[in-house]
Amino acid sequence: MLSRRRFMQSAAGLLLAPPVLQARDAAFGPDELPQGFLDTASMETLPGKFPLVRKSFRPPNFETPVHYFQEAFTPNQAFFVRYHVADIPHVDAAAWKLAVGGDAAGKSFGLTLEELKTQFEAVEVNALCMCSGNRRGLFAPHVAGVQWGHGAMGNARWKGARLKDILAQAQPGKAALEIGLNGADAAVIDKGPDYIKSVPMWKALDENTLIAYEMNGEPLPHWNGFPARLIVPGWTATYWMKHLTSINVSGKPVEGFWMKPGYRIPKGKFPIVDRFVSQDTDANTPITEMVVNSMFTNIQEGVKFNEGTTMDARGVAWDGGYGIAGVDVSIDGGQSWRRAELGTDLGRFSWRQWRFRLAFDKPGEYLLMARATNRVGATQTMELIANPAGYHHNVIQRIKIDVS
Amino acid sequence: MKLLYAFFLSLAANFACADESKIALKPGAGLDKVTGYCSACHSLDYIQMNSPFPDRKLWEAAVNKMVNAFGAPIPKDDIPTIVDYLAKNYGTP
Repeated sequence: MLSRRRFMQSAAGLLLAPPVLQARDAAFGPDELPQGFLDTASMETLPGKFPLVRKSFRPPNFETPVHYFQEAFTPNQAFFVRYHVADIPHVDAAAWKLAVGGDAAGKSFGLTLEELKTQFEAVEVNALCMCSGNRRGLFAPHVAGVQWGHGAMGNARWKGARLKDILAQAQPGKAALEIGLNGADAAVIDKGPDYIKSVPMWKALDENTLIAYEMNGEPLPHWNGFPARLIVPGWTATYWMKHLTSINVSGKPVEGFWMKPGYRIPKGKFPIVDRFVSQDTDANTPITEMVVNSMFTNIQEGVKFNEGTTMDARGVAWDGGYGIAGVDVSIDGGQSWRRAELGTDLGRFSWRQWRFRLAFDKPGEYLLMARATNRVGATQTMELIANPAGYHHNVIQRIKIDVS
Repeated sequence: MKLLYAFFLSLAANFACADESKIALKPGAGLDKVTGYCSACHSLDYIQMNSPFPDRKLWEAAVNKMVNAFGAPIPKDDIPTIVDYLAKNYGTP
């Protein structure tokens, strides 16, 4: 039988130090990922980062190895990296300026980083930042795009100024409908669409929507939006504009590839509360809040146990900001469920850690599952909800465990 | 045409991450065009990562998206060569 200590050393999911991985390893993600990814997978180290799972070099898309999710806050050096366009300048903090204005603004002005930090109340919020397409690589049938496993997310403590405080100085008129956002990154060819997004006015005025300049007590890493990025707690990371350069108070729906047709979900398929109606079409609507979800963080498929092993399964659960009400765990493929013990509540936009005592008292095959429920009664799905862009994968995770 | 490739490759060189050069796509007819045009805007691991699921129709849709939505200046005559390469080497019949 594996001792607890030995298990801690042998399971890839439990290496707490930055991993050194040369070969195919469970850290690259589940076996369901496309074979073309698995065959060529590698860990790569961007400047200032730990080795991360490469999805693509350019634009840089790198996933956080899942074992880091055992920490309440994801280390900045391990935080995932996601870009849509490949011209990514290193922003000089001293020269950086945020332009605030727009056709529905009464006033236009610029802010230096120093002004952003000193002229507005500094606010902190714990929030999960998750790519809309997290787990796209697990979609069956396959959906084209970046083939993310579980690691296109991270939990952090963000510090910055409220967007609403900055907007108050811009004196939005009655026509103000959306807040357009642009960052310093750009497409490498002229005709390529710049990464431009918008949020509805009501979400921009939410007291939790920040322009953050700190992440886990440090300046934002370059790869996560230095010197300032938008934080839209509860909503998927497509709106969390990095290297923010302009805030545009717009009287009409903001256009661009990444607003339409990009980042859309079919209407009526997901139990979504937050709506972005000024961008609706007959068929679809912009993705908004995250759906309720959970995962194991210290057990991966293929780990072997001996009869009599007891251990704590650990995991995280999250949603779009209503808060996690409970997590249920099954070890028999969903025939019976028991409540997991929830960790400290770090705020409704943070993920919630959980643990569940496992006892494998008989040899055989166990099928581990975890199912989170949030405070508005939403829970995870058993069957994938198909959608063209591969968003909102919150199918209950299933992990087969052999006990001999 | 050689000039175009040179232009694209110089673009790629400007924005490439150092280690991107280790990506080796399978040899085959059309590889030169795939390397020349596709790597102008993105590293070639996008192709590996999405394989082997797309059939010819899906690869064709992907290439057309690059041209129509992302402005990739791929001459029309070269599109079938690129799609053939992708379908044959990174696709499902």
